[in-house]
Amino acid sequence: MRFSGLKILKEGLTGNKGWRPHWRDPQPKSEYDIIIIGGGGHGLACAHYLASQHGITNVAVLERGYIGGGNVGRNTTIVRANYSLPGNSEFYSHSLKLWEGLEQDLNYNVMHSQRGIINLFHSDGQRDDFARRGNMMLSQGDDAELLDTEGVRKKLPYLDFEQTRFPIFGGLFHARGGTARHDAVAWGFARGADSRGVDLIQKCEVTGIDIQNGVVTGVQTSRGPIRAKKVAMMGAGRSSQIADMAGMRLPIESHVLQAFVTEGLKPCIDHVITYGMGHFYISQSDKGGLVFGGDLDMYASYAARGNLPLVEHVVEAGMTLMPMIGKAKMLRSWGGIMDMSPDGSPIIDRTHIDGLFVSCGWCYGGFKAVPAGGHVMAHLLATDQYHPNATGFRLDRFRSGVGIIDEEATGSQHNLH
Amino acid sequence: MRVQGKGLIDRSRPIGFRFDGHRYEGFVGDTLASALLANDVKLVGRSFKYHRPRGIYSAGSEEPNALVTVGRGAGAEPNIRATVQELYSGLEARAQNAWPSVGFDLMAINDLAAPFLGAGFYYKTFMWPKAFWEKLYEPVIRHAAGLGALSGQANPDKYDRGFLFCDLLIIGAGPTGLMAALAAGRAGVDVILADEDCRMGGRLLAETKEIDGKPGFVWVDEVLAELDSLPNVRRMVRTTVTGAYDSGMFGALERVMHHTAQRDGGAPLETFWRIATKGAVLAAGALERSIAFRNNDRPGVMQAGAVRAYLNRWGVSPGKTMTVFANNDGAHQTARDLLDAGVHVAAVIDSRPDAPDIEGVQMIKGGLVKAASGGKQLEAISVIHNGTTEQIATDCLAVSGGWNPTVHLTCHLNGRPQWSEDIASFVPKMGAVPGMIAAGSCNGEMSTAQCLADGVKAVECALGITVKVDVPAAEDDPYRMRPLWAVPGKGRAWLDFQNDVSVKDITQAATENFSSVEHMKRYTTQGMATDQGKNSNMQALALLADATGRGIPETGTTTFRPPYSPVALAALGAGAQGKGFAPERKTTSHVFSEKMGAPMIAVGLWYRPSYFPKAGEKTWRESCDREVGYIRHSVGICDVSTLGKIDIQGPDAAALLDFVYTNMFSTLKVGRVRYGLMLREDGFVMDDGTTARLSDTHFVMTTTTAAAGDVMRHLEFVTQCLRPDWDVRFTSVTEQWAQFAVAGPESRALLNGILDAPIDAESVPFMACGPVSIGGVKGRLFRISFSGEHAYEIAVPSRFGESLFETLVARADAMEGGAYGMEALNVARVEKGFITHSEISGRVTAFDLGMERMLSAKKDCIGKTLSWRAGLTDPDRERMMGFKAVGAAKMLTAGAHLYPEDQDAHRVHDQGHITSVAWSPDLERYVALGMVRGGSARLGERLRMVDGVRGIETHVEVVDPVQFDPEGGRVRG
Amino acid sequence: MRIQCPICGSRDRREFYYKGDALALKRPAPDAGAEAWDDYVYLRDNPAGWHSELWQHEAGCGAWLVVERNITSHEIRKVTLAEDAT
Repeated sequence: MRFSGLKILKEGLTGNKGWRPHWRDPQPKSEYDIIIIGGGGHGLACAHYLASQHGITNVAVLERGYIGGGNVGRNTTIVRANYSLPGNSEFYSHSLKLWEGLEQDLNYNVMHSQRGIINLFHSDGQRDDFARRGNMMLSQGDDAELLDTEGVRKKLPYLDFEQTRFPIFGGLFHARGGTARHDAVAWGFARGADSRGVDLIQKCEVTGIDIQNGVVTGVQTSRGPIRAKKVAMMGAGRSSQIADMAGMRLPIESHVLQAFVTEGLKPCIDHVITYGMGHFYISQSDKGGLVFGGDLDMYASYAARGNLPLVEHVVEAGMTLMPMIGKAKMLRSWGGIMDMSPDGSPIIDRTHIDGLFVSCGWCYGGFKAVPAGGHVMAHLLATDQYHPNATGFRLDRFRSGVGIIDEEATGSQHNLH
Repeated sequence: MRVQGKGLIDRSRPIGFRFDGHRYEGFVGDTLASALLANDVKLVGRSFKYHRPRGIYSAGSEEPNALVTVGRGAGAEPNIRATVQELYSGLEARAQNAWPSVGFDLMAINDLAAPFLGAGFYYKTFMWPKAFWEKLYEPVIRHAAGLGALSGQANPDKYDRGFLFCDLLIIGAGPTGLMAALAAGRAGVDVILADEDCRMGGRLLAETKEIDGKPGFVWVDEVLAELDSLPNVRRMVRTTVTGAYDSGMFGALERVMHHTAQRDGGAPLETFWRIATKGAVLAAGALERSIAFRNNDRPGVMQAGAVRAYLNRWGVSPGKTMTVFANNDGAHQTARDLLDAGVHVAAVIDSRPDAPDIEGVQMIKGGLVKAASGGKQLEAISVIHNGTTEQIATDCLAVSGGWNPTVHLTCHLNGRPQWSEDIASFVPKMGAVPGMIAAGSCNGEMSTAQCLADGVKAVECALGITVKVDVPAAEDDPYRMRPLWAVPGKGRAWLDFQNDVSVKDITQAATENFSSVEHMKRYTTQGMATDQGKNSNMQALALLADATGRGIPETGTTTFRPPYSPVALAALGAGAQGKGFAPERKTTSHVFSEKMGAPMIAVGLWYRPSYFPKAGEKTWRESCDREVGYIRHSVGICDVSTLGKIDIQGPDAAALLDFVYTNMFSTLKVGRVRYGLMLREDGFVMDDGTTARLSDTHFVMTTTTAAAGDVMRHLEFVTQCLRPDWDVRFTSVTEQWAQFAVAGPESRALLNGILDAPIDAESVPFMACGPVSIGGVKGRLFRISFSGEHAYEIAVPSRFGESLFETLVARADAMEGGAYGMEALNVARVEKGFITHSEISGRVTAFDLGMERMLSAKKDCIGKTLSWRAGLTDPDRERMMGFKAVGAAKMLTAGAHLYPEDQDAHRVHDQGHITSVAWSPDLERYVALGMVRGGSARLGERLRMVDGVRGIETHVEVVDPVQFDPEGGRVRG
Repeated sequence: MRIQCPICGSRDRREFYYKGDALALKRPAPDAGAEAWDDYVYLRDNPAGWHSELWQHEAGCGAWLVVERNITSHEIRKVTLAEDAT
């Protein structure tokens, strides 16, 4: 079924009786060419691209809960390509380009809105860092504009330019950055994969990974064993547990990241804004809620919920930066489990076990990476070659020291990225 | 309309207020909602999506409809629930989300298009043409959505935060909570009793049933009087416990001044409390649920319990001709109370054929309300009974589909509530929040008598004690209810009133395979409005269970998340607005520097002078060039107290330094200073600085300003976690010592003017240190230089800092020198190739900085092993070098990238970037430091420098990082 | 979240700094080899349950603590001084 305005019109006139499931609920087959563990954004995108780009449709996505139930459905929806370092820069650029054609590719409105991102800076040193980042973006072919204080004031007149603790020196404006409707991304990829024959199997928990003589042969699940030629571990948030089934220890620590939304308000914030002197980022959803977030709670956690110190800290940053939000009321807070890697960058690689692949370590940057994360993983699974825009995310980079991509420059302590 | 002889309001004290520009009158004790109903104002808002008319629905914080904006100007508060806003004289409120007015709202046209705007319609359209989403569709959607508006101005009101501690937190002061507080209070336990209402008592204020032979509110007043006499009980009204957190922490919002017009007094408008408690009793009560039928969202359709509350607590009947629609006995009390008050009750429709009778009322047993009619307010209902449909005129229908325990807080730590067939609802799971016991109706105990008894039991359970309290006699009616979620039929029957979610949306979601409860919620937006599904989630998931053929327990609930009811950001972030976000650290020279006109810039938490302008100087560069001249040609003074200073003492002090620095410190002679490089364990550079040896067992380490805290923590880690056997102690003395750089060829001459004993090249050679005396004050002198000049740093106890700085500057002035700021300091260090955190970015190794020789081969140190990994010693890594402009443009900029001269400025050709730039007045050109692939192997090579974001491009030559005085003669004086 | 500092008593989480897995106490010998160092600095067990980890009472007594905490429920069952653990 193709979605369109016309289809909506026709259904509206005939009592909306013709809608069909967006995806099937198939029984698992006994064998697949490729099994993807984890029905989140990356797993679903990978399945979609395996089918649509590589013609590989004998694929199952195994999800222990419901599809899109992880971080793809609980983030602050920011989409951007504004990284400083080689390795990241080309990958996120690749991802943004996929975003820009995603609705048409998926026939699903994911409400990708390029409303522009402004990273604020508050010192000369930060300005230089953002100039470096902006220059990297330009050299990648992406957009970047360095704003001075007046330039920021023109776009964001409601910020506190007078009394705030750390004055605003300017901002890096990334016009093509923005937001998307997070759930729709998962659903759009799910529908894309399903319509091409991929089996999306919900409530199917992987309980073991079968390996014989160093070669993966399938998985054990709560719905029985399933054989597979290749298995992709794409269950960020539970990566360590999944890898453990293959006897692997990953460079991952799990942390909780909270996010927040206020009650609906009339439009007041058009851009995505990030603060430079504390972790705080904010945008306004199409429903009118101010969606914002900050740093990790900073202690290891598998509980998708946080505690007050971080809640308060994030709001404090918001209040010093834009005190007009004071009368907005926090409606809901929630948490997601982040695969924190030791350099803040992801891992997309083979493993030492033949046929077993891993995508993990997305830290809190996984949402904007969903299209490319799925795309390059599909490429790796289908061709056994690294995608040219994802050659740097190697599993062994920490042992060798080659190609560590430490965007935050905070080193090997997982929670500091 | 107001009903005589009813209510707990003070009719002797009328209050004037405004709603949507019209003046009305209410009484002390009213809420905005009760006063509006008393004035027959039925239409108070518009729904979110279809802009359908909305009236007051509930009498509590769960209100989905009556959201208004209170106040004007910067202090205007959007989305205030009229049901909890206490009336005060002069209160001004406005309806929201309607244009031009709530009575005539043009956006109501959306409702006509509703067949095309069902669940998830937007996922299926607005995709063509591609560019139209941002330009057309989205702006239209954004404009239509949202509820109230922010003023756009900075919050003008005072908010506060605080900590509270207790043994037992009791949440809710209805019959359960009051009884619990009485039991715990009498037992001498430290109790906090919190209730979101302005008046404690809960449903007892809204019901006519007696306790202990007296009206409920009388019993409440007696209990409150006793509680107030107990010093161990703290009663907090207007306080919503918003969230349960780990280890007995709770968040709570106290609305301190919202019930008054006062905004400028000493008390905050709101206070957000963090409450640490050993145990908690959740006595949050229950919320009444609705029954969906066609047009059940018309103003005038209300909760049956809310109708009783308006009647019994506020003396208001929300209608003149009342009707009741219920599936349970309890709602019948609404009709009885109305009859007793002399209000006309046209009919009671009970879906149960075996429902009991009510004297004096037309009972329609086994009947269903099929539809409501009327536009902006309810006019009639059509009732189907025994196959015939009857129209009944009514302007207020009281609906009850039963009650849902308020389980929210029990789920905040990921606990899932459990299905109870008895009450056809979810009840808390025991132990879901450690230390918290749910009691009373939030635990599924539905009679007053049960609640009272359960309150006592909960205290015993929470504290593990036995208390002796007589539980008074009270109503103990059985809870008789037969589930009814929606009345089948044509048209739209509504669930989520604010988000306009209908029963059809739920079934359509199931059809489209959004059959997981989370998928349904996200696809339809059911439960995502400001009431977070308090009024409708239970029905929605029951209907989803029906549609998917699963049971309700298997369908489960969505996740309950904090806060229980919305909390103003100004409260959660109280104190941070303006300068309060972070502490402000000021040096002893701060006041004097400001007096000299220096712009103070934030460096971490510190403030430091940027430069010291003199009369006639038009730009910062003029001042900076002059100050660099002081350093290079006479003498300059700079406050360097912000650098971290750590005093390290003990027999193993040298061993510690050897272990945390790459180079050796155990070989450092007493009275000497050495530069040290500190690595993280992963081999990258963490910090640098000088350390002075004052005695065999006594060192003073300096860190960079930025990393002072990190280094202190690192030393604690090393000594406590890795080498607890070492006998060494250290403490930060950053605040204790004021320290000033005295730099320039005349520095020794200047010092000799103030030191009690003069120094010379032999007594204090380069990198020497030792005690000095300045006018009898004991200080320390270090001959170190961050400028490459003959220079010193002189330190005195902080209380002498201000006067020493003034003295030094005065002396320097007299020698044609003076104070210099951060800008000049930076110029001098870039000229000399000295690094700061612009270079020590966290991604560089000692090797990258050209300091690999500082990695002593004779010892282990933190970071040593991993710094030798292949990837970290690759000669092709970006390594630090100096740069000078050789192109037509002479400007260099930090953040610019480097490319081969014959290549595009494309990522794949990137050779590195510029990290620091300064204008050197002596060299009369820009000097720069930066990172370039291959480092010193590129010496003399020319590269393209491109700073696209600043529109600057030139050619540079790779030079030695030390661009000024490369022989280093000046520093030795 | 609150942590029972053995020196200061029960304190709010915001007084503490979190480092990570308590394996940081077991620093390998310089010549232990690449695998041992990779295990120490980068790789983590990251169990969805009981976890022994290092916190510092930074805004209090400064003590480094080994905290046994269930990182799924956040329950804390034991806190000891790090210097007693090595």
